Amino acid sequence: MSENIRRDPRREWIARNRLHPDHQSVLAELGEGSSAATEWMGPNGVIRKNPHAVGFIGPNGIRRIDRSGAQQAAAAGRGAGAGRQAAADQRRQVTIEAPAFLVAVVPDMPGGRLSSHDRDLLGLARQLADADPERPGAVLSVVFGEHREDAFGEAGIDRLLHLEGDAYAGFAPEACLAALTVVEGEFAPRHWLLPDSRLGGADLGRRLAARLGERPAAGIWQVEPDVACTLGWRCTGRGAAGTQDIQRPLPHVALALAECAEPVSETCHAARPSALSQSLPPLLGRIEDLGQVAVDPAGLALSEAEFILSAGNGVKDWEGFHQAAEVLGATEGASRVAVDDGYMPRDRQVGATGTWVTARVYVAVGISGAIQHLQGIQSCDKVVAINLDPGCDMIKRADLAVIGDSASILAALVEMVQRQREEKRDAA
Amino acid sequence: MRPEAQRESVLDVAVLLSVGRHPVTGRARRADQDARGVELALALDRAHLTLLHAGPRDEESEGALRGYLGMGIPALTLIEQPPGADVIPALAARLNEAGAQLVIAGERAEQGEGSGMLPYLLAERLGWPLVGGLAAVEKVENGVATLLQALPRGQRRRLQVRLPAIVTVDAAAAAARQSAFGPARRGEIEAESAVVEWDEVQAEWSVAPARKRPKRLKIVKAASARDRFKAAAAKAEGGSGQVLNDVTPEQGAEAIFKLLKDEGVLR
Repeated sequence: MSENIRRDPRREWIARNRLHPDHQSVLAELGEGSSAATEWMGPNGVIRKNPHAVGFIGPNGIRRIDRSGAQQAAAAGRGAGAGRQAAADQRRQVTIEAPAFLVAVVPDMPGGRLSSHDRDLLGLARQLADADPERPGAVLSVVFGEHREDAFGEAGIDRLLHLEGDAYAGFAPEACLAALTVVEGEFAPRHWLLPDSRLGGADLGRRLAARLGERPAAGIWQVEPDVACTLGWRCTGRGAAGTQDIQRPLPHVALALAECAEPVSETCHAARPSALSQSLPPLLGRIEDLGQVAVDPAGLALSEAEFILSAGNGVKDWEGFHQAAEVLGATEGASRVAVDDGYMPRDRQVGATGTWVTARVYVAVGISGAIQHLQGIQSCDKVVAINLDPGCDMIKRADLAVIGDSASILAALVEMVQRQREEKRDAA
Repeated sequence: MRPEAQRESVLDVAVLLSVGRHPVTGRARRADQDARGVELALALDRAHLTLLHAGPRDEESEGALRGYLGMGIPALTLIEQPPGADVIPALAARLNEAGAQLVIAGERAEQGEGSGMLPYLLAERLGWPLVGGLAAVEKVENGVATLLQALPRGQRRRLQVRLPAIVTVDAAAAAARQSAFGPARRGEIEAESAVVEWDEVQAEWSVAPARKRPKRLKIVKAASARDRFKAAAAKAEGGSGQVLNDVTPEQGAEAIFKLLKDEGVLR
C-alpha cells in the first residue's frame, strides 16, 4: 500500500498558493514538522521545491541563502548528525599486523602530552615507515612515565611501549637510556628518531647514540629517499650553530628539528600497547634529581612564563588580583585596557601590541578578548576565562569559562588553594 | 695558613674550549657557550682551572684563544691536532691523565659539524655522568656536586652528581665577562702534541651555507569553497570549551582549581 503515492489535491493546491491563509501550516505539514517545507514529493513522484521557504531573513531584513546546506540541515533536524559523523570517520583506520621493520620514536611529551614537535617527528616516522606500500614498517613509540595523551593513534603510532615507574620521573636520563638500550636489543628498530629539543630528546638522543656507538645526525630538517645510501634515505641537517647545511646518508639515530615533516592528518593508527619481554636491570644512578627550585614567578619574562593570570577591564579589585597571582604562583599579565588605565606596567601587556605569550595555562580575568589579545595567546594550551559577559570572544576561545563576578571567584579560588596547602602541611 | 688542608679541598676543573665563529662577520672569536663555561668555572671558589683546546695551531685560532685568556687566566693548554682530526681520543687521554674532577664544556661548537656530541662521547669513553644545560654550580662537597640546571620557561632544577663528571652549559648560563686586551696578550699558550686519529666519515658529506627553511603553509582540507573561505577568515576559536553559567563562585573556583591541578601548574 505504501508504494502507491497518495495525493491530496486540495493540500497541494494550498501549498502552491502563497496567498492562501492555510499556506504556512500546510507547508509545515508537508515538511514533516519543520517550519516550512522546501522540498517535497510532487503528485507524479517529482521533487518539488519552494524557493520562498529557502534561507532566512538576515539582520537587515534581506533574505539570506546559505548554500552550504548547514542552515537547512539544522532547520530540518535531519542530516546534521549524519554529516558530523562523516567528518569524524574521515580518517582512514590503518592496522599493520606484521611490519617489515620498526621506526622507533621517543617523543618528549612535555606536560604529559605530545607537543607539536613530537607530532612533526611522528609524521617523519610515518614517511620512513610507509615509503614502500608493499612492505610497510610500524612506528614504535617509547613513552616514559605518566602521560595524559589519549590520541596516540591519531598522531600515527602503531605500537606504544609505555614504561611506567618512579624511576623515570623528573630528570632521569640514565634510567631512560638503560630502557632504550634494552629496546634496541629486543626490537632492533631500523631507525631511531628523537626530537632535537633542549633537555629533551636532544640530550637523550645523544646519550643513546654514544651508547650504541652510532654517529647521529643532529638538527635534521629534511629527509629524502636516496637508493645510494645504506638505509635508503638522505638527510639534510643544520651544522656549525645553524650556519651550514650538511647533507649525508640518514644514520641509525637521527635528531630532527621541529617542522621536519607534516604531522599525520589522514590516517588513524592502532597504537597497540606492547611490552618488553624482560624486566629492566637494576640501575645505580649517579645523577640524583632533587626537584625543581622555586623561582619567583613575578620575575619571569612574560613570554616564557608557564602559568599566567591576566587581568582586563573587568577587574575592579586589584588588591585581590595581585594576591591571587601570588598565592597561585602565577606570572601576572594584563590586557591593553588595564595597562592604559595605569593598573599594570607596560611590560605586562599580552597581545599583538604587547608580548606574544606561550603559557601552558592562561587564566583571563575580566578580559573580553579583542582580536589583538587573542592573537597574543594563540600558542597557549589551556585558556580559562572568568567573565561576566557570556557572549564575549574570550569565552569562545576558552577551554573552561566561568560566568560570574571575577573578584568573588578569585577569592574563592585563593581560599581553596590555601586550605588545600594547609591540609597538606598538617598531613606532613 | 695550612697549605695541606687547602690543597685537599682544591677542586680540579677543566674547561674545554673551541674556536668560535662570529655569526655576522665569520671571523674566529671565543665561542659564546665556552666563554660562559669559563665564567662558570671562575665563579667556583677554591678551584684549580685548566683550559684545554684541541685543534690546529695557527694565527686565527690563537687570536680566538687569547680571548679566553683575557678573562683573567694566565695560561691554557693547546693539544695540537690537524684540521679534520677526531679530537676525542686525545682529549680523553689528556683528561684521564690530568685527573680533572669536573669538566665543563659548551653545548655545541660554532664551527664544523657542531652536533654537540663531544661531551657525550667523552662521558661514554671515560664512564662519567653528564649533565646538560647548567645554570650554576651551587657547591661541591665530598666528591658530590650540587648543580642548578636551567629548564625551559625560566625554571630551575637542582641535581646532585657524583664526581668526576662532565657538565655542559648553553645560553641559559650567566653571560661571560669581557675579555681584557692586556691579560690576553700576556697569557701563555702551552702546546702539547698528541696522537692523531682521522675523522674519515665527515669528508664524504656535502656541506653548504645554510639555506632558509621553507615556511610551513597552513593546509586547509575542506570539501567546499565556503569551508575554505571560512578557514581562511576564521577567528581563533577553541571550539569545544566548557562554559559554566549560573554557578556560585565556589563551584566556579572548584572547576578552575581542578583544571589547574590537572595541568600541574599549582605547586
